[in-house]
Amino acid sequence: MSTEWPLWEVFIRGQHGMSHRHVGSLHAPDAEMAIKNARDVYTRRNEGVSIWVVKAADIAASSPSDKGPLYEPSQSKVYRHPTFFDIPDDVGAM
Amino acid sequence: MYAQMVKSTGKGIKSREEMTDEERQFQDRVDADEKIEPKDWMPEGYRKTLIRQIGQHAHSEIVGQLPEGNWITRAPTLERKAILLAKVQDEAGHGLYLYCAAETLGVSRDELMEKLHSGDMKYSSIFNYPTLNWADIGAVGWLVDGAAIMNQVPLQRTSYGPYSRAMIRICKEESFHQRQGYDIMMKMAFGTEDQKKMAQDALNRFWYPSLMMFGPSDKDSVHSAQSMAWKIKINTNDELRQKFVDQTVPQAEYLGLTVPDENLKWNEETGHYEFTEPDWSEFFEVIKGNGPCNKERLGARVKAWEDGAWVRDGLMAHAEKKAAKVAAE
Ligand SMILES: [Fe+2]
Ligand SMILES: [Fe+2]
Repeated sequence: MSTEWPLWEVFIRGQHGMSHRHVGSLHAPDAEMAIKNARDVYTRRNEGVSIWVVKAADIAASSPSDKGPLYEPSQSKVYRHPTFFDIPDDVGAM
Repeated sequence: MYAQMVKSTGKGIKSREEMTDEERQFQDRVDADEKIEPKDWMPEGYRKTLIRQIGQHAHSEIVGQLPEGNWITRAPTLERKAILLAKVQDEAGHGLYLYCAAETLGVSRDELMEKLHSGDMKYSSIFNYPTLNWADIGAVGWLVDGAAIMNQVPLQRTSYGPYSRAMIRICKEESFHQRQGYDIMMKMAFGTEDQKKMAQDALNRFWYPSLMMFGPSDKDSVHSAQSMAWKIKINTNDELRQKFVDQTVPQAEYLGLTVPDENLKWNEETGHYEFTEPDWSEFFEVIKGNGPCNKERLGARVKAWEDGAWVRDGLMAHAEKKAAKVAAE
């Protein structure tokens, strides 16, 4: 028999009010065990208040070769940043 | 060290002219300290060398639990037992972070296990030495984890993203390991005459094996030169060994213990200690499988893997059955 346990990606909320962040991965037979294992592997020193696990196979990712078409267009749109606009000091805080 | 003598598959470093466009772009990214991520293009040699190196490192963390695990039930107090248990549990975690990093390079966990069990992949020579008295647990934390830290701190900057992130997590946890070891050494060295003798005995036995952890001199090795160009190795073995000696000798002096090396002396001009190299023929014997505990260590790992097979299979079968039931509803 011997099928390898599937791989799970682990996301931890470090503190209340923060987003979950990817911290690593682990193998487990199902979601319940994945959460139990994540607690042992990734929160031994109070690193978290909440755990998400997602099967690695279920994650869709952008490809590194799409870097240009995906992210370059935003580079020329400097007006999306507030620093693009010169506001005279006399106007006060804005 | 935790990964000793990892041979790269390349035949030395290619000049820029010899590189393909892809290889040149890759090297430029490495030179610019950009991290390489799993889906990025990488030379086959980089991938293969990293699998060996990270795999060997992971195996060392896992096998490294055995000499210390030996003392969990024999720790002198409940507090020491709880501390040692936490330390050994950390090492299991280190192994898991590293196996996952290796798996991002396209090797499976089962393949890595098989290669360890068949002797195809190695683990650090240091874990083939026995832990004979309680002070050995102090010496292991102080010297073995100390040597590991020496090697792991620079590896936080390694070019491969998942490896670097695993190293950062590991380094955060390591300093507790070294300190708890030194704490045991202080208790023993400042204790009764017998305790002090045990501490000295532990240092005598672990000193040279600890120096061996960094591996033989590699200043002329083509493998190391390639690994350094790829930033999967940051310092030469000799540099790290020297750093370790320089840091450790004063710590031994503080304990009132004697480093077992008659030639050990401070060199005012270089600002470093001069010391005797370990016996490299012993190192090669241990690597070949002829150390004091090789059979016991590998035997324990194989037994754990085989005895656990029904649990792994059972949990998988249960999970599949449950998933099928949910799908049918
Ligand atoms: Fe470790
Ligand atoms: Fe450690």
